[in-house]
Amino acid sequence: MKEESLWFIFINASLINNFVLAYFLGICPFLGVSGKMETASKMGAAVTFVMIISSVCAYGIHLLLVAINAPFLQLISYIVVIASTVQLVEMIIKKMSPALFRSLGIFLPLITTNCAILGVALFQTSKGYGLAESLAYSFGAGAGFTLALVLMAGLREQLDFADVPKVVKGTAITLLIAGILSLTFMGFSGLGS
Amino acid sequence: MTILIALLSLGGLTLFLAVMLIIANKKLYVYEDPRIDEVEAMLPHANCGACGYPGCRPFAEALVKGEMLPGKCSVSSEDGRNAIAAYLGVDAGMEEKRVARLACAGGSNVAVVRAEYEGLSSCRGAALISGGGKGCSWGCLGHGDCEKVCDFDAISMNEFGIPIVDEAKCTACGDCVEVCPKDLFSLHPISHRLWVACKSLEAGDGVLEDCEVGCTACGKCAMDAKGDLITMKYNLPVINYSANHQTQVPIQRCPTGAIVWLDEKQGPIKGAEAKKIIRKGKLKMGES
Repeated sequence: MKEESLWFIFINASLINNFVLAYFLGICPFLGVSGKMETASKMGAAVTFVMIISSVCAYGIHLLLVAINAPFLQLISYIVVIASTVQLVEMIIKKMSPALFRSLGIFLPLITTNCAILGVALFQTSKGYGLAESLAYSFGAGAGFTLALVLMAGLREQLDFADVPKVVKGTAITLLIAGILSLTFMGFSGLGS
Repeated sequence: MTILIALLSLGGLTLFLAVMLIIANKKLYVYEDPRIDEVEAMLPHANCGACGYPGCRPFAEALVKGEMLPGKCSVSSEDGRNAIAAYLGVDAGMEEKRVARLACAGGSNVAVVRAEYEGLSSCRGAALISGGGKGCSWGCLGHGDCEKVCDFDAISMNEFGIPIVDEAKCTACGDCVEVCPKDLFSLHPISHRLWVACKSLEAGDGVLEDCEVGCTACGKCAMDAKGDLITMKYNLPVINYSANHQTQVPIQRCPTGAIVWLDEKQGPIKGAEAKKIIRKGKLKMGES
């Protein structure tokens, strides 16, 4: 396998193989918290934070598990680490900004079971990334997730002023827009090859 | 051996994380008054902002702190307000009910439209294009932004495109005041009966070319009213509600019926000399 540059890993995770729009991971907060720009960007920041922390932890745990010859514990260890990180983020947000805590609502604890985060941890292990590469990968994945969320929130805020036909109002038009957004991100797929 | 390794490593990991979380919980603990949740549950959850706070929760916090009295919430019922007052052991602090009132009566049967607007069905949209198509630059555009924004179904557009406020349902939340691009709505105590239903700053017959019920600034109401009850300012009568305003005298000689008496039961009453409006259809474009 040829050595990938950190920059390429970042672009790859954020644009070319965007977690939400190309891998369809983490769809639940993507549709749930993308109603408002402000909440969307902060949710993106929270998810990125959890991704980076859990990615570093996953790197350390993977080394440890290989050393003690117990790679079958990989999945459960990752899950435990992610759940604890989310708990920590929840405490921090509740302390720093109670208003944000309420507006994120159920989607904050739901980061625990966000497949995008477990996806980052598992992908980086299977790709055999080192620490720096893991960081670039998780940061790229987080940036890509935030980008998708913010784009969606911007579109949905504009949509509030649009004359939407009655049949597609609400969830239907949101999913249609998500589809078109995904279509545009397919345009990145030739990049870097 | 494998089982031992698995147990030890996973146990160690979870123990480590648990200790971290316990420390974080101690460091980041936030005390919240449990009464805030209770009071919030008793509020109407309209999050309308009529009380002057961003939503019901900040209002509940202010109530618990004693900065506000439950009466400031104009949406909850009297029983609800009294329940909160009893729970917190404070005075309910009743305020007079206020309602939104519209300073325009120029429906499509009396007010001329000079240009047809075809676009987004919204007053704010129409107002962007040189103030909308209506002859009168101050009048109601009639696309019903206020009807759409009202969370309490208190506003409905009548057949001539003028919003009618259901005073029983109106909670004085102020959403319509904010949304109207012509600033025609304002909140008034329900006991205010004298009302100027026009905002045109023009004077004389020029007003009538655009609208049959506009104020021509003739000043008869100001002359008939006692003392300083009504003064003319920028070609409009201004009612001084701190004076004795419970009188129908000023509306009697109004030639167009722009100043009205909002009767509790019958709705707006015009003076005896006001021109009767019998047209039931829409005015044609540019017709006056």
